[in-house]
Amino acid sequence: MPESRGRSLPDTAQKEKSSKPAAIDVQGVSKVFGSGHETVRALDDVSLAIGENEFFTLLGPSGCGKTTLLRLIAGFEHPSSGQIILYGHDISPLPPYKRPVNTVFQNYALFPHLTVAQNVGFGLQMLGKDPGEIETTVGKMLRLVRMEELKNRRVGQISGGQQQRVALARALAPRPKVLLLDEPLSALDLKLRKEMQIELKRLQHETGITFVFVTHDQEEALTMSDRLAVMSSGRILQIGSPHEIYDRPQNRFVANFIGDTNFLQGQVTKAANGIVEVKLASGAVVSANVAEGLEAKGKVTIVVRPEHASLVPPTGPVTLQGTLEHIVYFGTDTHYHVKLKHGSEFIVREQNDRGSSSKWSTGMNAGILFDENAAQVLSD
Amino acid sequence: MVDTALNAPVDPAAKAAVEVERRDIRNRWLLAAPALVIIAFAAVGPLLIMVIYSFLTKGPYGGVIWQFSTDGWYRVLFETDIFDGTVTLADAHLSILWRSTKLSLATTLLALILGFPTAYFITTRPESMRGLWLFLITIPFWTNLLIRTFAIMEVIRNEGILNSFLIGVGLIDRPIQIMFTDFAIMLGMVYVYLPLMVLPLYASMEKLDFRLIEAAYDLYATRFQVLRRIIIPLVMPGIIAGSILVFIPSLGAYVTPRVLGGGKNMMLGNFIELQFGQGRHWPLGAALAITLMAVVMVALLVYVKNASRSTAHHD
Repeated sequence: MPESRGRSLPDTAQKEKSSKPAAIDVQGVSKVFGSGHETVRALDDVSLAIGENEFFTLLGPSGCGKTTLLRLIAGFEHPSSGQIILYGHDISPLPPYKRPVNTVFQNYALFPHLTVAQNVGFGLQMLGKDPGEIETTVGKMLRLVRMEELKNRRVGQISGGQQQRVALARALAPRPKVLLLDEPLSALDLKLRKEMQIELKRLQHETGITFVFVTHDQEEALTMSDRLAVMSSGRILQIGSPHEIYDRPQNRFVANFIGDTNFLQGQVTKAANGIVEVKLASGAVVSANVAEGLEAKGKVTIVVRPEHASLVPPTGPVTLQGTLEHIVYFGTDTHYHVKLKHGSEFIVREQNDRGSSSKWSTGMNAGILFDENAAQVLSD
Repeated sequence: MVDTALNAPVDPAAKAAVEVERRDIRNRWLLAAPALVIIAFAAVGPLLIMVIYSFLTKGPYGGVIWQFSTDGWYRVLFETDIFDGTVTLADAHLSILWRSTKLSLATTLLALILGFPTAYFITTRPESMRGLWLFLITIPFWTNLLIRTFAIMEVIRNEGILNSFLIGVGLIDRPIQIMFTDFAIMLGMVYVYLPLMVLPLYASMEKLDFRLIEAAYDLYATRFQVLRRIIIPLVMPGIIAGSILVFIPSLGAYVTPRVLGGGKNMMLGNFIELQFGQGRHWPLGAALAITLMAVVMVALLVYVKNASRSTAHHD
């Protein structure tokens, strides 16, 4: 019964909800590997909702549980507790071949004994589609990833980038409701990776399929995602748009993992309307943003992105003061390492223009200027 | 190599490369020489003797008389009645050949059916345990073939362990005749040759990328489809190697059919032996042995060709 497999899920509970259900709703999922004393908690009470047509990224260092979460959605693992809801249906007990979800594997996992076209058609064949339909769809998919000319090649005879495209076409061919991508670009060289990033966005746009993308590359996550979840040690630390994650990191790990960051520590002296005033060790008072739902009092850490602050003459109005220690030239921009009065270092990044190089030199006194929009209070 | 040879007169570096290559080839032949000498003496030599003997006249008390004759080959296919001289097809020989082939094929198939899950089981054990399992599989090889065969006889004979147990339990009230049947021969051969199936199967399964199995599950393949469409094609080299390794010795088996099949259920190996022994017809025995070899060769060629067509070439 091919009908019971793949895309067609029974259509019950879904209609009761008036609002559009999330494509994937992960509810309180934990995953424990091993038994007895040697257990590893790969996922710890993870909840998240991924919307339809969203390009959603799971970002984190290796071992953070992002791949485990992906494998749980694919069905290769089953949650120790919690549920995974796909369009209103609990799919957590189903085996992979009964889930309308397909995966692009990290090393592509193309079938070496089949041709490019046979690889792409494999899913459709397993679903019991008739040969004519398979051929049409395979042709369409290969056109989509621009691999038509190589369709009769064996997968060992094509390059890594081409294999990547075939893996994509193979996973997209059965028109899954959700496409899972497990670090699919990590094996490619930089140039090809950039190309494929654009390609992936295009494919997602053209197919309208929800993409769940796993990566440890923060830049990739920021450039490609509609929303992303930053994970560490089996937990989700923050979910939001790339903007929110970058500009408003909620905790130290997120701030540290994504981009360069300055950390400042101080004491809250005043709090109102989501803005706090923090007195630093040096005596300077800094205004900072507080995330909704976070109560900031006592000792806090605030973060400022290097490019959100500017280096100004110490004579005018300044937020912080210090001595210029290093100037690192990067071509497009320059990093100014400023030693603050009480000892810590603050980095300011400024875009270069033709005249800017001569303005500062090491040893000079410098002021640092930023407003409360550039500073964010962390939850830990 | 052709390219470098063509460039040689022009480019001194290429010339040196050709020189080096020549020396390499010579060294390799030198390394292979001892094995080649043994093969020449132990395989090609006896084979030649067999071919020559098959075209000689039989001696009255065994042995051969050095006189050209096609009688040996003639008797492979035909027999002449000693009383009226009528010539008939030697269906006894043919039926022995057919039975041997049939039994060997059945043995190979059964060994494959038993060996495949065994090899899969070993492959899926933790790496530290696989060595132990492989060792257990090869244990029968440490024991003499004859002793093992007699041990099986002890199990399956009428007063043996199996029948006593079944009678004791009350499932049957008279012993099942297993000894001296084709089934007994097959059972014995499967037991003896099973490791030869498991080892090559394991060797190719170990190389199997299990992520491909996950990928197939992900693409809606059921367990059975994963087996048929992914695992079997990818371990086909192991299946071919294992089948060849079981089929060939089965076809020429001598000890197992002799002990478990009795004198009545002869296989080709026993029949050939008979010609050199009591039959006293060495040319016929030699001709039969060559026939057996030809059958094996043809079977192998057909099998390998089919199998490699149905699978794919790995890159």
